[in-house]
Amino acid sequence: MKFEGTSSYIATEDLKVAVNAAITLERPIIVKGEPGTGKTMLAHEVAQSLGAEIITWHIKSTTKAQQGLYEYDAVTRLRDSQLGDEKVKDIKNYISKGKLWNAFESNKRPVLLIDEIDKADIEFPNDLLLELDKMEFFVYETGETIKAENRPIVIITSNNEKELPDAFLRRCFFHYIKFPDPDTMEEIVNVHYPEIKKDLIQEAFKIFYDIREVPGIKKKPSTSELIDWLKLLMTDDVDAKILREKDPKKLIPPLHGALLKNEQDVHLFERLAFISRRENENLE
Amino acid sequence: MFINFFFDLKQASLPVSLKEYLMLMEAMNKRVVDSFNVNDFYYLSRSALVKDERYLDKFDRVFGHSFKGLENSEGETEKEIPEEWLKLMGQKYLTDEEKKMVESLGGWDKLMETLKQRLEEQKKRHQGGSKWIGTGGTSPFGAYGYNPEGIRIGQKESRNKKAVKVWDKREFSNLDGDVELGTRNIKVALRRLRKFAREGVETELDLDNTIKSTAHKGYIDVKMMPERRNKIKVLLFFDVGGSMDAHVKICEELFSAARTEFKHMEYFYYHNCLYDAVWKDNKRRYNENIKTWDLLHKYPSDYKVIFVGDAEMSPYEITYPGGSVEFWNEESGETWLTRLLNIYENAIWLNPIPERYWDRISSASIIKQIFSDRMFPLTIEGIDQAMRELNK
Repeated sequence: MKFEGTSSYIATEDLKVAVNAAITLERPIIVKGEPGTGKTMLAHEVAQSLGAEIITWHIKSTTKAQQGLYEYDAVTRLRDSQLGDEKVKDIKNYISKGKLWNAFESNKRPVLLIDEIDKADIEFPNDLLLELDKMEFFVYETGETIKAENRPIVIITSNNEKELPDAFLRRCFFHYIKFPDPDTMEEIVNVHYPEIKKDLIQEAFKIFYDIREVPGIKKKPSTSELIDWLKLLMTDDVDAKILREKDPKKLIPPLHGALLKNEQDVHLFERLAFISRRENENLE
Repeated sequence: MFINFFFDLKQASLPVSLKEYLMLMEAMNKRVVDSFNVNDFYYLSRSALVKDERYLDKFDRVFGHSFKGLENSEGETEKEIPEEWLKLMGQKYLTDEEKKMVESLGGWDKLMETLKQRLEEQKKRHQGGSKWIGTGGTSPFGAYGYNPEGIRIGQKESRNKKAVKVWDKREFSNLDGDVELGTRNIKVALRRLRKFAREGVETELDLDNTIKSTAHKGYIDVKMMPERRNKIKVLLFFDVGGSMDAHVKICEELFSAARTEFKHMEYFYYHNCLYDAVWKDNKRRYNENIKTWDLLHKYPSDYKVIFVGDAEMSPYEITYPGGSVEFWNEESGETWLTRLLNIYENAIWLNPIPERYWDRISSASIIKQIFSDRMFPLTIEGIDQAMRELNK
């Protein structure tokens, strides 16, 4: 089993090494990086390229580790017992399986995506230490041990909102997806829009990387925003010439809403555009 | 050789453990990567040993150091001078002193010319020494050196991918914990300071309690409990004006990060040292100030106190009544600080000046002493330590 990237996802060399190490050693891999650099996508692509089933577990601030294993519905059972339901005799009827259980049960090695683990409580990763290490857990209500038949490929994403505990990190491989350089970016864009015009890409890239360099910008536009913006440019059939426009009155790029997602950033950009316009006028 | 590398990492205070090292060995054993390829080994070891992007830059440096000489034969220093370098020169901020030193070498043009010459003479990568272009040396040319008028030959800008070793590019340099402080990083560091407690409106089902109570009473008796929330309360004091002007940006960042991170946060301004009044608005500081006594009475002792200031002043401003440069203070700054520290058990001082200078600034040493050594540098690492201290 080796991950080599797919036709729809450009994986850099270091990413491939990290993913393959995690697959071979059957350990989780933690993927971090700026928002919109394809962290979640990675799991789907790994699953696709290996032909494995993907099981996703989206983490919220209220998610508990136990929910990933199983949940015991005591309230329903209590109610059923009062109604004299036959179901009540078997406790298994009230245990609902979590994502980890599903992944452990799978008869072909699946990919388990634990998405945005940092959203959960600070103790959450610690509660999963043993389960992810041994790939087994104990169900107290029925007294059975669930053990993974095929250790799933565990991919964990984090947006760095919380630091993860050292003990947890020690058991994982780690990869930080850095922001793609223009060459890689061009490959990525080509994967998404093979029919896009070369000159449009060039001009759009220039604007895009310029915006990212603007000092003081709050939310830097990322890959996914660039992809959205290019799509808009293509559907609106914006010509590359317009992007090249040096007319100071049109310094703000067309359809900038796709790139600047924050009111302050738009203001900042407008102000900078205004200043550079004034400078241009002075030059003339 | 790998063991040495591991100890090098330890020495550079990277948090690597034996478990991770064994994991790397296991990966090598299982032939995850072709062991003859240094690049792949670099990627693999990075992924196994570094678990936080803050340490990536440090890792790159240690890797470069431990495995020098192992690079591919084509690992030759570039001979062409890319235009970017020249552009970077223009951006470099020079003090008058530095400019003079440049003059002593015959000015910019001369410097650039010498550089070109040396690049042509030099055929191999070079480290240390004082003439050749390389890393860590004292020659005016090269990277990571200490010559004040040196030209940093950044390999980051290189277009020739093959010739440059990946780890030497130090692409992650600005993620190092000691270097960059963005609000996001500060927020992560501030998050150390958390204490969850259930207080307020009861919105969640308390399952355990419900079951217990139901069993007890014989009918379903639903019990609720409040949601878990961060109940840390913080008082922030910012030094403004004078010598603090140089640190405005970082203080702003800290302030904005703290404001989003702590629900219960109060901030105040002071100048140089704490005296009998503080204020909340710098425009109206003389009209609308707050008596320090009122403040000490108003906020209970479970508030955590963070002082931000360079602690750079005349020692008299701390130790003597009437020492303040701005007005006649009846009681010394030290009295006020001690008074405050007696009430708030958890208090720390964040100093934007690098730690190594503190001992040389007598006022900073005095304040550090008053705070019983709880003074931390205003860097990510520093904030991190400070928050741990506050959590005690």
